[in-house]
Amino acid sequence: MTLTRRRRAELIRYAIYAATLALVTWAVAATDWTRLRESFLDGDIFLRLFPDILVRAARNTLIFTFLGFTGGLALGLLLALMRLSPVRPYRWAAALYIEVFRGLPALITIVLIGFVLPIALHVRVPGTYGPGSLALAIVTGAYLAETIRAGIEAVPRGQMEAARSLGMSHGRAMVSIVIPQAFRVILPPLTNELVLLLKDTSLLFVLGTTDQTIELTKFGRDAVSDTFNGTPLIAVALVYLVITLPLTRAVAWLERRQKQAVR
Amino acid sequence: MDQAPPAIALVALEKRFGNLHVLRGIDLAIAHGEVVCLIGPSGSGKSTLLRCVNRLEQPTGGRILINGENICAPDCDLDRVRTKIGMVFQQFNLFPHLCVLDNLTIAQCKVLKRSPAIAERKARAVLARVDLLEKIHEYPSRLSGGQQQRVAIARALAMDPEMMLFDEATSALDPELIGEVLDVIRSLAEDGMTMLVVTHEMGFARRVADQVVFMDGGLIVEQGHPDSVLGNPQHERTQRFLRRMSAR
Ligand SMILES: Nc1ncnc2c1ncn2[C@@H]1O[C@H](COP(=O)(O)OP(=O)(O)O)[C@@H](O)[C@H]1O
Ligand SMILES: [Mg+2]
Repeated sequence: MTLTRRRRAELIRYAIYAATLALVTWAVAATDWTRLRESFLDGDIFLRLFPDILVRAARNTLIFTFLGFTGGLALGLLLALMRLSPVRPYRWAAALYIEVFRGLPALITIVLIGFVLPIALHVRVPGTYGPGSLALAIVTGAYLAETIRAGIEAVPRGQMEAARSLGMSHGRAMVSIVIPQAFRVILPPLTNELVLLLKDTSLLFVLGTTDQTIELTKFGRDAVSDTFNGTPLIAVALVYLVITLPLTRAVAWLERRQKQAVR
Repeated sequence: MDQAPPAIALVALEKRFGNLHVLRGIDLAIAHGEVVCLIGPSGSGKSTLLRCVNRLEQPTGGRILINGENICAPDCDLDRVRTKIGMVFQQFNLFPHLCVLDNLTIAQCKVLKRSPAIAERKARAVLARVDLLEKIHEYPSRLSGGQQQRVAIARALAMDPEMMLFDEATSALDPELIGEVLDVIRSLAEDGMTMLVVTHEMGFARRVADQVVFMDGGLIVEQGHPDSVLGNPQHERTQRFLRRMSAR
C-alpha cells in the first residue's frame, strides 16, 4: 500500500521483462536445433537457390509490383477525381468500382481477370506480365483511390480558390496546385500500399506460372517440393524482408519528417 | 457616345446559401481607379460579395458587370475574366509546395503563357515593389505573416490585373505586421489601381478610400465619402458599428 504509483509501474515493467526473458529462454532451450537446421537451414540447399532466386524470382516480383503499382496509381487517381467530380454518374461509377474491388479478396479478382475475362469476353490480356500486373493494378487502384481522395480533400480549399482567382482552370489547378500537395500528404500511406502490393504478388501463382513469370513465393514453394526441405522458404522470407524493410523504414522516416515540417 | 462603363458594377446582386439569404440585392458601381472600402459586422456578407465579383461564388440573382461585360452570362470565359481581377485572401493562400518565385510565375506561365524568363522578370519587379526581392527563393512557410501577405499581393500583381479585391488582408496578422501590408495596399491606391477592399482598419479606410460602403444583413446600409460615412454616419446601424469598432 505504501508503493507509489511510479514504483508500482516500475515493478510491473520488470515483471514483464522477466516473463519475456523466461519465454525466450524456454523457446531456445526447447527448440530442436538439429532438426530445425536440417529442415530449414540447410546451407547447401540455400546456396543452390542463387542466383535464380534473385535474377528470376525477386526480379519478377519487383516487375509485377512496379507494373501493378504504376497502373494502380493511374487508376486510383482517375477514380479519386471521379469520386470528387460534380457529375453524379461519375461519382457513382467510381464508388461502385471501389466498393467491389475492396470488398473482394485479391485472389478472387486475380482469378476473374486471369480466367473469367478471357472466357467471357474473348480477350486475353497481352504480354508476359500483362494479366498479373493488370489484376494487381485493378485491386490496388481501388485502395489507392480512397487514399488519394483523402489526400486531395486534405488540401485546404483556399488553395483551389487562389489558383482559380489567378485564372487557372479547374483541371490546371488540380494538376499544378492541389495534386502535388495531396501526394505529399499521402506519401506514407502510399508507400504502405506499395508494401502490401509487393506481398500480394505471391497470389499470382493462381494464374499458373511459367519460368518467365515465377515470383518469389511460388519459386520458394517449388524449391521446397523439389528438395523436400524448408530452407527455400527461409531464403524467400529473407529476400522479402530485404526488399520491404527499407520501404517500411522509409515510411517511418517520411512520417517523422512530416511531423516536423512546419506548415 | 456613352462614357466608359465602370470597372465593376453590381446590379441587384443576390446570393442565397440554401435558405440563408446572404446578399439581398446589392447595387454598387466602382469606377476605374477608384478605391472602395467595404465595412460591416462579421457575417454581413462582405466576403460573399467580394467572392461573387470574381465568381468564386455563383450569384443566385442579379448581374455583375466587369468593364461592362456581364460575367454571369453562360458563355462568359471566367478564367480570362479572373486574370484581370487580382484577389488577396485573409489566409494568404500561398502555394506551400512552391518557392516564392514559383508562386509568382506559375500562373503567368500556365495561364498567360509567358515564357519563364519573362515571368521571372515580372516576378522580380513585383517582389521589389513589395520589398521582398531577397526572399525570392524562400518557401512561404519560412516567411512571417506580413511577408506572406505581401508575396500574395505580388502574386496577384504579377498577372497585371486591372483591379484588385482584398478580403480582410490584415485580419490574420499580428498587430505589428499590419502596417507593412497596409502600406503596400496604399501605394497601389496611389498608383491608381481599382480596388475593392474589405477591411476593419477604419483609419486606413478613411485615408485611402474614395468611397466607403457599410453593409449589414446582406444590404448596403450607407455609402459615400469616407468623411461622411465614417465621420458623420446617418444611419443608426452604422453609428453602432463604428462605436463598437472604436471601442476595440
Ligand atoms: N459556403 C457557404 N455556405 C453556407 N453559408 C455560407 C457560406 N459562405 C458564407 N456563408 C454564410 O453567409 C453569411 C455571410 O458570410 P460572409 O460573406 O463570410 O460574411 P462576412 O465576410 O461579412 O463576415 C454568414 O452567415 C455565413 O455563415
Ligand atoms: Mg469575411
